Amino acid sequence: MDIKYSAVKAPMRGRVHHSVHLGRILVYGVMFLLLTVSLIPLVWVVRTAFIPRELTLDLTAVAWPTLENFRRVLAAAPFGKYYGNTIFIVVGVLVVQFVLITLAGYAFARIDFYGSKALFVLFLSQLMIAPEVLILPNYSMMAKWGLTDTKIGIMLPFFASAMGTLIVRQTIKTIPYELEEAAKMDGANLFQILWKVYVPLLKPAYISFGMISASFQWNNFLWPLVMTDSVEKRPLSLGLAMFAMSYETGMQWSDVSAATVLVCAPLLILFFVFQRQFMESFMHSGIK
Amino acid sequence: MAETMMPQVNLGAGTVLADTLFPQETAGETLRKQELAKEKAYETALKKEITNKWKRTLTGWLLLAPSLVFLCVFTIYPIVKSIISSFYLDNLSVMQPVFAGFSNYIALFQDKVYWECFWNNLLIAVVTVPLSIGLAVAMAMFANSLKWGKAAARLGFTYPTFIPLVAAANIWMFIYTPIYGLLGYINPNWRFLADGKTAIWAVMVMLVWKQAGYIMLFYVAGLHGISRELFEAAKIDGANGWQIFTRVTWPMLKPTTIYVLIITLTNAYKMVDHLYIMTKGGPGNATNVLLFYIYQTGFDYWDTGKASAMTVILVAVLLVVTSVCFFVQDKKAYYNN
Repeated sequence: MDIKYSAVKAPMRGRVHHSVHLGRILVYGVMFLLLTVSLIPLVWVVRTAFIPRELTLDLTAVAWPTLENFRRVLAAAPFGKYYGNTIFIVVGVLVVQFVLITLAGYAFARIDFYGSKALFVLFLSQLMIAPEVLILPNYSMMAKWGLTDTKIGIMLPFFASAMGTLIVRQTIKTIPYELEEAAKMDGANLFQILWKVYVPLLKPAYISFGMISASFQWNNFLWPLVMTDSVEKRPLSLGLAMFAMSYETGMQWSDVSAATVLVCAPLLILFFVFQRQFMESFMHSGIK
Repeated sequence: MAETMMPQVNLGAGTVLADTLFPQETAGETLRKQELAKEKAYETALKKEITNKWKRTLTGWLLLAPSLVFLCVFTIYPIVKSIISSFYLDNLSVMQPVFAGFSNYIALFQDKVYWECFWNNLLIAVVTVPLSIGLAVAMAMFANSLKWGKAAARLGFTYPTFIPLVAAANIWMFIYTPIYGLLGYINPNWRFLADGKTAIWAVMVMLVWKQAGYIMLFYVAGLHGISRELFEAAKIDGANGWQIFTRVTWPMLKPTTIYVLIITLTNAYKMVDHLYIMTKGGPGNATNVLLFYIYQTGFDYWDTGKASAMTVILVAVLLVVTSVCFFVQDKKAYYNN
């Protein structure tokens, strides 16, 4: 019985091992192909942005990178103004969000109180129905308040964040309660506890949520589109769309590509430089 | 203590012992008194606990108040408002909104474009959600398994997350443009975006490209949370790679998957910016989706009543779909806790 069993098993084991090996090579091949495909759009747009305009359509052409396309773009549209608007919106929203999600996340993580379950469900509803789905009622509300075509009007609907609250809540739950108790023994009040105990330990949560939220605001389009009328209030994403729309033919690819690179570059560079910290934070914050 | 003493003191001769121990009271009386005292202590503790809980409730609500205000004003109130105005005729044909019952909803059900958008949205959800999740898991595990270049692989997959959808639309326009575009070099006659049959698939390819890397981030975090011992135990038991994945990795990733499912499902309805640049919902309405149609109806045709009815239905769909996800999570969440 034993001999029979091993006699059948041995060659099977060998075959399994063999096919696993082949399978692994196949999987790796497919994944590398996927990685290449994923990178092609970036390589393509960067190349088109930096190559002299005459060579745009010649795929095999090689030339020294030029800033000529960028110079034309910056002369044609107020991208500096757009940058300022976007940075103002991103930073403004982030600052308010950080304060609000810390308070709310702490309440949900540490305090057992009447109504906490109902409130939690209310928060989750924002995860399901994001403000951008409600553009129409939100717009008419802003119109009533006279906040259309203002930066504060663009920012307001995003101040409360269910996702951020969830991340802070999960992260606080991983922090030992003894730290808070020790601070209480020393006579710290709630805000001192939050500021001195939790805020430093929430750094990974802030970094990961901050990156997600910043990129959301940086890229947000439909809401600013309905909210703004004037060039002065436009954020980058909208500016880029207007710029691209002004060229109906494909002959201006170099310009549109240069503008696209201008809009994408800051976040991409930020992500490339800090990707290590970002990934680490992502793994150590409550996102799971 | 009292209970163990009781039989002793009731045993005939033992009463003497009881009298010496509790001179003024019988054992039964002592017991009752102690019980009363206990009850009283419990009651006061409970009362204190309740006042404490009210105190905590005040603190909790105060901490949540700022978020709550914004949530109510920009999420809850707009939903209520949409429901109300969906029952009014409110477009360019009337000066003031006129109550119209269900006529907006009836008009929607007879609106061919609306149904086209509805089916397109459904197709996008059915195709992009599983595809993005599958790719994301594969990408996360692939990047994790690399000996070197881990960071580079993650960067390569994730960077589309940080590109605005309108910018991505610009880039992919160039890729899809016949003759001169990148794909035009392979076959100059490909017109994926201009053909009503292929346009939505061309758009979906871009959506998956844009989204999969973002989802990968959550799976990288999820994989990081699984204890190594589980994998080692499975290996010792002789499980092969596929078995480890189906029996250990995937079940352990379930909480991540539920969360990601909600993100991808809502994304399937939210991602519309590219339409503004790429197709405007065309050709015909082949690539149009609900949210973009809401935008067109509300801000191009100024039919607030109809757009409100669409908003209400979209909100209802999103609520039902994501609630089902949470419900499933509640049933399956035992894996990690």
